[in-house]
Parts: sequence; structure tokens; C-alpha cells
Amino acid sequence: MGAAPASRDVTSYGMGLAAPLALFFLLFFVAPLLQLLWLSLHNDTAGLHWGLGQYLHFLTDPFSLGVLGSTLLLGAEVTAVCLVLGFPIAWLYQRVGPKLQTIIIMVVLLPLLTSVVVRTFAWIVILGRQGIINATLQSLGIIDTPLKLLYTQFGVVIALAQVQMPLMTLPLITVLGRIDPNLDDASCSLGAGSWRTFFRIVLPLSLPGVIAGCTLTYAAAITAFITQSLVGGGQMLFMPMYLYQQASTLQNWPFAAAISIIFLLAVLAVVSVFTTLGRLSRGYGGA
Amino acid sequence: MADAPSGRSLVVDAVTHRYPSGALAVENINLDIKGGEIIALLGPSGCGKTTLLRIIAGFIAQTQGRIIIGDDIVDALPPNKRAVGIVFQNYALFPHLSISENVAYGLAARGIDRATRQHEAQRLLELVQLPSMAERLPRQLSGGQQQRVALARALAIKPSILLLDEPFAALDKNLRLDMQIEVKRLQRVSGITTLIVTHDQEEALSMADRVAVLSHGKLEQFGTPSDVYDRPQTLFVNTFVGSTNRMPGIVVSADRTAAKVRLDAGAEIIARPAAGALAEGGRVTVCIRPEHLQFVGDETGFAGVVGMSLPLGATVVHEVTTADGSGVKVSQARIGETRALENGAAVRLAPLAPSLANAFPATL
Ligand SMILES: Nc1ncnc2c1ncn2[C@@H]1O[C@H](COP(=O)(O)OP(=O)(O)OP(=O)(O)O)[C@@H](O)[C@H]1O
Ligand SMILES: [Mg+2]
Repeated sequence: MGAAPASRDVTSYGMGLAAPLALFFLLFFVAPLLQLLWLSLHNDTAGLHWGLGQYLHFLTDPFSLGVLGSTLLLGAEVTAVCLVLGFPIAWLYQRVGPKLQTIIIMVVLLPLLTSVVVRTFAWIVILGRQGIINATLQSLGIIDTPLKLLYTQFGVVIALAQVQMPLMTLPLITVLGRIDPNLDDASCSLGAGSWRTFFRIVLPLSLPGVIAGCTLTYAAAITAFITQSLVGGGQMLFMPMYLYQQASTLQNWPFAAAISIIFLLAVLAVVSVFTTLGRLSRGYGGA
Repeated sequence: MADAPSGRSLVVDAVTHRYPSGALAVENINLDIKGGEIIALLGPSGCGKTTLLRIIAGFIAQTQGRIIIGDDIVDALPPNKRAVGIVFQNYALFPHLSISENVAYGLAARGIDRATRQHEAQRLLELVQLPSMAERLPRQLSGGQQQRVALARALAIKPSILLLDEPFAALDKNLRLDMQIEVKRLQRVSGITTLIVTHDQEEALSMADRVAVLSHGKLEQFGTPSDVYDRPQTLFVNTFVGSTNRMPGIVVSADRTAAKVRLDAGAEIIARPAAGALAEGGRVTVCIRPEHLQFVGDETGFAGVVGMSLPLGATVVHEVTTADGSGVKVSQARIGETRALENGAAVRLAPLAPSLANAFPATL
């Protein structure tokens, strides 16, 4: 948005209108968060000794750091897959007739309309050793032994990408729809081919949507407890499950709290990287 | 790149376009445009002007017919290979690029190096009198300034044809006049064959070497502004360009150059058969412009009663009701003392000259 001069709005609204929401946030978001922080600053499960021991433990433990790393990587992979697959869908949406548009929107929204558990089990059926993919490939004689698809990083990424796709596609559809179609034509008449037009005009102008989509997809992917655990299985451990184990199974509340805080900070760091990238490229201009 | 590009000729050869929805937007249009001419495409909303422009630019592939630029048939070429510059009605500047980047965009697409590009962009911005705006973003410019940038951007690629779609429609009256003069100046300097789409007849008549009048996708007339204004070939052109009085009548006698018409308003006048020979006894519509009617003192012409008189600066327009009950407008130059015409005064009217009354076969 550049350096817009600070100007007072002519119309001002009473902040009182936001009070109910603020109260709700205070009670159910800020308060638990503070409690979590308080909890994480104890070195023992009984909560008697103050200290940074839990954080120190996490940050010096290769296993914990590994879990954090693979979770952040998982988010990046899912986001990348969603972006690469979602952009063409959004682009296509703006260039087809109203009938096809309805169909595309339905297909995009469908994952949101089915329960996470059902969707995830569907992926288990598709990816399993005796699943649809393996059975098909075997009957076609392309492979002899079943491929290991379920309980792999690949399986988790694919399943998550499908689930999170609407979070990427919808902002992209919105932002692409706001680009004046004459800009395409103008670029073309000035001698630019389709790729130049895409990279110099369409992509920069759709950056706000790309950033919104990436942020939403990323945040959703790394916290998707059910899909991660069911499709990933026992061998693959990601932060939400790690947290759950520490809290529920081992009753190590202070450590679980520290994990939460570290996870939160890591996610905020990644999201702010997205936002900064968007600011740096000047594609931010309101058309 | 010092030499000015000389405009190439443009031939629109029997072009017809039907949209997939079935709408016949353009029907059998033929235009033969010489290099360096300014042509106006004039017509009411929805008559197919934009469609024709987009066909020439290559954004739409016409259903039938050919587009020939210079000696080349360009139908197979995509828009980015046609070297046709286009200025859109809403300017369509790239909002995220600076003014100079906008102007240099086409040069970058041609792989011209950065230094040359910047130099050329600056030269063009000077040409459109905006040299100090290079670093701004489009939204920091006024409408008229954006218009100039759009023009500079289109000129940067040294197009052989320049297309402008309603370029001045969004500008206020004074700015519009400035820009019309500006475009005409730039066109004279560069010699680029230029096609301006407009539904403003004054703009068409004042700017263009020749005017193509379209109606419902068909070409009604293609001629010089004075051809179109003084010698319209169809009733549509006569009524769309300038204002006119339509007076019904019956042909008494006719040859190829003149027809004697008995007006329903009650007089026999000589008129020009504007759309070819007229059949004797056939019904016609005679068009006479308000400034081509005069008050006569004798018994020639037709009778009427003066209604309202509107003094419009240099002219006075009188509304006169004729014997058959229809109204005609008469416009008189205000020279010295104007003869005061009382409301309700009985007068007689006649065309200034037979060539200024155009007779068209009446359409039912
Ligand atoms: N994409 C389209 N699909 C179907 N029909 C169209 C399309 N674009 C235009 N038309 C139709 O073609 C005809 C000509 O449209 P066009 O835009 O060329 O008119 P125009 O002369 O430029 O009008 P205006 O002065 O309002 O801009 C109109 O009847 C319009 O409804
Ligand atoms: Mg138009």
C-alpha cells in the first residue's frame, strides 16, 4: 500500500460495537494464551519451579527440532502444491462461461462440504496397499508389488492439499476477477506473449490473493491434526500430534505448553515472511 | 529509431462477425484506408464499433473476411505480432508499474535493452508533455494524464496502425478538446494510420479525414466529413449525423439528379434523390437540416405557424408547426437585428437550395 499519508477518517465508528467480540477474545483466546505462557515457564510438571527449562529442552533436543522442521516443511509442501494446482483453476474460472464457473466452484468447495474424517478415510481407501491406486496399477501390470503411498510424506501432502485447496483457490478467484481484462489485451497488443503477460502483469497483480491463499493454506495444513495422524500413521510425527502426546499421554503440561508457544512463534515467523515478500514486490497496487 | 514510422494502409475486406452467442455484431464491412489517414468509426451504442476494432487488433477472430495491413493479410497473426497500437477507453494502464515502465513495456517485450528503453520512454513522455511524471504510478495521475500515458505507451512500439476506442469519452469537455487537438498533432507528426472509435459526431467530423458511419453492424457510409454531413447516402446517416427535419411526401416526378416531391406539409419542392433513383408516386422522407430552411416572403414553400423561438448564441432556432401538424426546426444565423418572430406568426418556409433537401424512399 506504500506510505499512505495518515489521514483521519471523516466518519468514525464507536469502538463500542467491537466490545462483544473483544470480550469473547479476551476470555477465550487471550486468557488461555497467557495461561499457556505461564505454564510453559515452569521447569517441573508440578509447577513449583520457575525457569526456561522447557524451552531449553525443546531447542536442544534434535528429536523435537526434527518434528518442528518436518511440520514446517509439510506446510510448505502443501502450500506449494495448492498454489501450483489452484492457480490454473482460478485462472480458468475467470475465462469460462457461467455454467462451467458453477461447476468449478462446486468442485472447489466440495472438500469443505464433507467431514474431515470422511475425507481422510477416503484417502486411506485410495492410497492404501490394497487401495484404488495400487489395485489399478497392478491390474494394468505397471507395478508388481504395491507402492507404499499411505503413511508417507507424499500421502499426507496430497491428502492435505486436497482438503486445503479451497483456502487457496477462493482468494485467487477473487483477486483474478478484479484484474481488468483489458490489461491482458493491452499487454498482448504491446507485443508481449502469454508468459510475459502472466509473469509481468497477472502474477504481480494477483499477489495479494496469492499471499492470502498461502497464509491460510499453510496455517491450516500444519495444524491439521486428523489428516496428519490418520494418513501419516504412527511413524510420521508432526507438531499437533507431538503436542497431544505430551499433554494427554505423558501429562507433561509445561513441556506441551512450551511446544505450543514455540509452534505459534514459528508459524507467525513463516506468515510474516509471506507478507514481507508481498510487500517487497510492488504488486500491491490497488488497480 | 529516429525516423518516424510511416503509416501503413489498412483494408477491412468483407468482414463479418457473429459472436458465439449468435449476435451478428458486424456484417460485411469494407473499408479501404490509406496509410497516414485518420478515420473515425461513428455509430450509436451497440453498432459493432468495438467489435470491429478488436478484430483489427486481433483480439477477436472474425467469422468471415480479411484484414490486410500494408501488403500482409494478418488474419493468422496473434495481437502481439500485428504491430497494432491500441488505446482503451479505460486506458488500461498497468497499475503496478510506474509511468515510464508502462511506456517502456512494449519495448521490453521486444527485448530492447534497459538504457534505450528508458531513453525512449522519456522521449515519448516529453512528446505527450508529461516528462516529470515518469516515476509515478498510474493512480497518481488525472484522467487526462493517464490518457496521454496510454497514448505514449501505444506509440512506443511504433505501431503501423493506431486504434483508439472512445478515447475521450471519460474526459470533460475542455480536456476532450485539448486531447483531440493533441492526438491530431501527434498523428500528423508520426504519420500513423489512425482509427478512432466514437459515438460523438462532432469528434468524428472534426478529427477525421474520413468517417465510417455504422448502424446495426452495417457500414452506412464511408466518406469525408463533408460527404457524410452534406451528401448523406442513407436516411440513417442523415438523421444520425447532425440534426435534421424529416418531412414525409410523395414523388411527383423524378430523374437521377432531382426529384419533385409534394410534401404532406403542403408544397412542392425539388429534392436530391440521395440514395439513388426514386419511383414516381412513391412515398419518400425528405430531410432538410434546420440551417438549410429559410423563411420566404412569397407564395413558394410551405406554410407554418411559429411556436417557440430559442436564442442559442450565434443562432436562433424556431419551432414551426406545419399544415400537416408536424413540427420542423428552423435555425437562423443572428446577423444584426433579427426579425422578431411572434409566437403564432404565420410564415412560409423553403429549403435554401434543392441540393440541401435529401429525399429517401420511405421505409414502412
Ligand atoms: N462478447 C460478446 N458476446 C456476445 N455479443 C457481444 C459481445 N460483445 C458485444 N456483443 C454484441 O455485439 C454488438 C456490438 O457490440 P460492440 O461492443 O462492438 O458495440 P459498440 O459499437 O462498441 O457499442 P458502444 O458504443 O456501446 O461501445 C452488440 O449488440 C453487443 O451486444
Ligand atoms: Mg464499444
